[in-house]
Amino acid sequence: MKPAPFEYQAPASLDAALDILAHRVGDIGEAKVLAGGQSLIPVMNFRLAEPALLVDINKLAELDFIRRGDDGGLRIGALTRQRRLERDLSVAEVAPLLHETMPFIAHPQIRNRGTLGGSLAHADPAAELPAIAVALRARFRLRKAGGERWVDAADFFRGLFTTLLEPDEILVEVAIPPLPARTGWAFLEIARRHGDYAQVGIAALVTLDDAGRCREARLVYLSAGDRPIVAREAARLLAGQEISPQAITAAADKASRDEMEPFGDVHATAEFKRHLARVLTGRALRKAAERAERTKGRAA
Amino acid sequence: MSGLYKVSVTVNGQAYEREVEPRLLLSDFLRHDLGLTGTHVGCEHGVCGACTVLFDGEPVRSCILLAVQADGHAVTTVEALSPNPDQLHPLQQAFWESHGLQCGFCTPGFLMTLLPFLEENADPSEEEIRHAISGNLCRCTGYQHIVDAVKLAAERRRESDG
Ligand SMILES: Cc1cc2nc3c(=O)[nH]c(=O)nc-3n(C[C@H](O)[C@H](O)[C@H](O)COP(=O)(O)OP(=O)(O)OC[C@H]3O[C@@H](n4cnc5c(N)ncnc54)[C@H](O)[C@@H]3O)c2cc1C
Ligand code: FES
Ligand code: FES
Repeated sequence: MKPAPFEYQAPASLDAALDILAHRVGDIGEAKVLAGGQSLIPVMNFRLAEPALLVDINKLAELDFIRRGDDGGLRIGALTRQRRLERDLSVAEVAPLLHETMPFIAHPQIRNRGTLGGSLAHADPAAELPAIAVALRARFRLRKAGGERWVDAADFFRGLFTTLLEPDEILVEVAIPPLPARTGWAFLEIARRHGDYAQVGIAALVTLDDAGRCREARLVYLSAGDRPIVAREAARLLAGQEISPQAITAAADKASRDEMEPFGDVHATAEFKRHLARVLTGRALRKAAERAERTKGRAA
Repeated sequence: MSGLYKVSVTVNGQAYEREVEPRLLLSDFLRHDLGLTGTHVGCEHGVCGACTVLFDGEPVRSCILLAVQADGHAVTTVEALSPNPDQLHPLQQAFWESHGLQCGFCTPGFLMTLLPFLEENADPSEEEIRHAISGNLCRCTGYQHIVDAVKLAAERRRESDG
């Protein structure tokens, strides 16, 4: 047997799952939520994690949904499989950045099990979905027995594999607002092999004003620090400007030099990752700006 | 206090009921409890793809799924492919003819990954094939003959359908 022994419960309702967690807080050992298991079971197989109790939420059909929100955006249940996000037409229409990013996440066999909520709760700084959620200004609904709160994606990620989630909380839903009018998007990453975790990646959004200048840019990086990295200063340099080669270079330099802290590893030094980030920033900004041009007439 | 849990699962069309520890992986359940050793385990942490099986028709890694999670579900393993001991499945036949395997350790995982892929892609390009197998590792073939095998299998499928 690979994992250490644990107690297993597979409640049939969210309330039952929350009750189990509420009663286990402060109890001996650790209770863990089991979603797709695509990150949790590998670390348990290595015995890097030895939770005393697994609360399997896979029977909670109530957490598996994709629907349109009142604001025209999307409401997505935390248990929604990554493969479903990849194939869903409303995701492609309302959140094309998310749609386009899905195939970069691991492999189909993993995405068939892996969930949206699991990837966000896992908070790997090299993962795509946390960066996308921050770029899209998603909001997360966290429930616990007798209470709930909504938090901004940008506040949720606290560091390496660390989030705002309390041990008795479950991430239940993700709300993604619609894109503003005249907004283009791009997702780019460099990985050694398709489906591998990226050495560095970027999600970019560019909103143009009526004169075709940048009203707002948003640049969010993965594998560029201990959590999704938002390059606020670089975005500020672009605001009010035309997306010219000079403006792009200035923003790419700023973001890669001053706004990220990538970790070096066996495949790429920190310096090389900054270089990749600088190049990707240029490509992503050009692509996003081009798409924003083309969406001219479209209202939000 | 981990106790035993009852699992009712359909594997290759046959219903099984077993009592298992929750920490038993689906891959070990298939191999040790059911004796279906065609599903191979390489890395046991989700990276190599050797243990790929179909779970309700979709390919998954059986080494990072718990057997208890298969309760009420249908699993298909490589044993289900050939119609009888003297005949290979067309995909297996194509692997054999194209030298898509050498030691064969990775082969069950490739087959179970490619089966649903070919159903969705009648005429895949080389790039699509390489993407489809990017989650499966082979230490022997260098992949080229595997790609050839997939092309051959797709071609024959189109001919027999058309
Ligand atoms: C070979 C391989 C390659 C991969 N490559 C990539 C990649 O390139 N990019 C990428 O982003 N990911 C990659 N992954 C990870 C994959 O996307 C996982 O699916 C994801 O990280 C975790 O989602 P899960 O649903 O499987 O969560 P689980 O593994 O079930 O859980 C992960 C963690 O989140 C907690 N959790 C899960 N759901 C909730 C919830 N609703 N509320 C509170 N806590 C919760 C769990 O307790 C656990 O701590 C890869 C995985 C493998 C095995
Ligand atoms: S044995 Fe399951 S992926 Fe390697
Ligand atoms: S044939 Fe030997 S590992 Fe693929």
